[in-house]
Amino acid sequence: MMFRHDDQAGSMMNWLRTRGLPACVLLLVGLFCLAPVLWQTVTSVKPDQDLVRLPPLFPERVTSVHYDRVLLKSSLPRSLGNSVVVAASATATAIVVGAFCAFALARLPITGKSVILGVALVTSMFPPIAVISPLYLLMRELGLRDTLVAVGLTHAVYSLPLAVWLLTSFFQQLPKELYQAARIDGCTPLQALLTVIFPLARPGLAVAALLVFIYSWNEFMFALTLTASDTTRTAPVAVALFPGLYEIPWGDLAAASLVVTLPVAGLALVFQRHIIAGLTAGSVKG
Amino acid sequence: MNDRSLTKMKKSGGPVHLSERTWGYLFAGPAFALVSLIALAPIAAALWLSLRQQLPIFGIDEFVGIRNYLQLWGDDRFWAACRTTLYFTALSVSAELLLGFGFALLLNRLSDGAGRGLRWAHVMIILPWAIPTVVSAQIWAWLYQPDYGLLNYLLHAAGVTGGRIDWLADPDWAIHAAVVMDVWKTTPFAALLLLAGLKTVPRELYAAARVDGAGAWEQFRRITLPLLMPVVVIVLVFRTMDAVRVFDAVFVLTGGGPGNSTETLSIYAYKTLFQTLQFGYGSALATAMFVLAALLSMLYLALLRRHVQESA
Repeated sequence: MMFRHDDQAGSMMNWLRTRGLPACVLLLVGLFCLAPVLWQTVTSVKPDQDLVRLPPLFPERVTSVHYDRVLLKSSLPRSLGNSVVVAASATATAIVVGAFCAFALARLPITGKSVILGVALVTSMFPPIAVISPLYLLMRELGLRDTLVAVGLTHAVYSLPLAVWLLTSFFQQLPKELYQAARIDGCTPLQALLTVIFPLARPGLAVAALLVFIYSWNEFMFALTLTASDTTRTAPVAVALFPGLYEIPWGDLAAASLVVTLPVAGLALVFQRHIIAGLTAGSVKG
Repeated sequence: MNDRSLTKMKKSGGPVHLSERTWGYLFAGPAFALVSLIALAPIAAALWLSLRQQLPIFGIDEFVGIRNYLQLWGDDRFWAACRTTLYFTALSVSAELLLGFGFALLLNRLSDGAGRGLRWAHVMIILPWAIPTVVSAQIWAWLYQPDYGLLNYLLHAAGVTGGRIDWLADPDWAIHAAVVMDVWKTTPFAALLLLAGLKTVPRELYAAARVDGAGAWEQFRRITLPLLMPVVVIVLVFRTMDAVRVFDAVFVLTGGGPGNSTETLSIYAYKTLFQTLQFGYGSALATAMFVLAALLSMLYLALLRRHVQESA
């Protein structure tokens, strides 16, 4: 649209501007974003002897030996399972607990709303390293040391501020009358939320759930310090502490890191529009 | 609003009479309980711990007041970690902002022409953001590998460097290697926010500026930049907060080494807590970090307020 006035400048220039320039921009941005990941992909299918020499950049034959090793002969599948359990339970907890709280903040006449939001802000600003030792002691007291519950619960709580913040603004955008109509029809507030508000808020709930899931799947410091054994390790901890006797097994590590990335990358690609909406919500209201 | 009908309904309501306010507290209760137990109590405990000396291995546990903070003041390693953290933050956040702004401006032009292009750009740009930080640290560790890493190979092939550079083992290079990794991982986030901000700038402003004979640079300086200031500040606050607290990236990439050349405050605190088990001193370190992060974000907010006042 912007270039409409340039139409007479010749079809070559026109093509360059409407097709060529965007293509260059895409190539530039794409190279920046994808090149390291592509190299990791190449590495993951290179035979061992090709890993210790460059050139050639690309292997003459590809191998699945690294994937076989990490998927069949390592504890990575166990860690992936742990991550699924942790991320799913953290997401469910944060969304259920967060949605009720957000609705109270958005629509119900409770006092101290600004205090609650302030607490949420401080919680999310406080460096995780600062709470890690008291948290560790607390989990030990509760008998949850080295359990997936400890990690899931911690992830749920530390993503609550984000969930509450997102959902509060989402509920504020829903028409007030929906809730009032449900109440007048005889619903209790709980029924109104469960039967009217939450179903209508599904897009917002989904965005919050995606962001919490990705946070939990990727989180490292809490997962590292609250777990102590192979059986409770989450996937990022497994990748960080990847076992290597003398040399780092770069091919196996590349395969493992791609396998660990696949679920979140998949979610991010499929739901990118929703995620971007969630990430930018509130920051660009003007 | 139907206040009257609501009141009437409440009076004639079901078996349990609860006011809207009570329901509100019931709804907010679980969140508050969880946050109190898992976040607020540990924060309070950390502040309390920072006033104690705790060395479990020696059975020491006593109240020492502000002695930990006094010790911090005279601790060269703490100041070195502060410098490293601030250097890392300043370098990576400014690079992320500049690069993110560049990407956003380029991509914004893209959306004027072909809508499909922007969708592709979003797909690519969201990948570094979604990747676990730990994974991106391992990806870059392999790129930096001195003997068969891609970076040395490409630089050598292009004739930029003479030979082998051990990026992560050289104290001068290591911190910059960490910065580059962080910039790769988080520029997309900055670009996404700035791009969303660019979309809210009314097109008519640019048209009017063109009529007045303003060039591209003038348009950027007088329209784009002032209108985007709030988004820029948000990006700065978010990114600074994360950069000051940086842990995963540096921990996996260099572990704080070589020497202590990449030891940020988080890593020093982690080592103090979990390797030397000094819970009191480690908590004081972490609290100092929080103060640093809070001061920086207050600075940004003050800047934003001044900017808003000036343009009003």
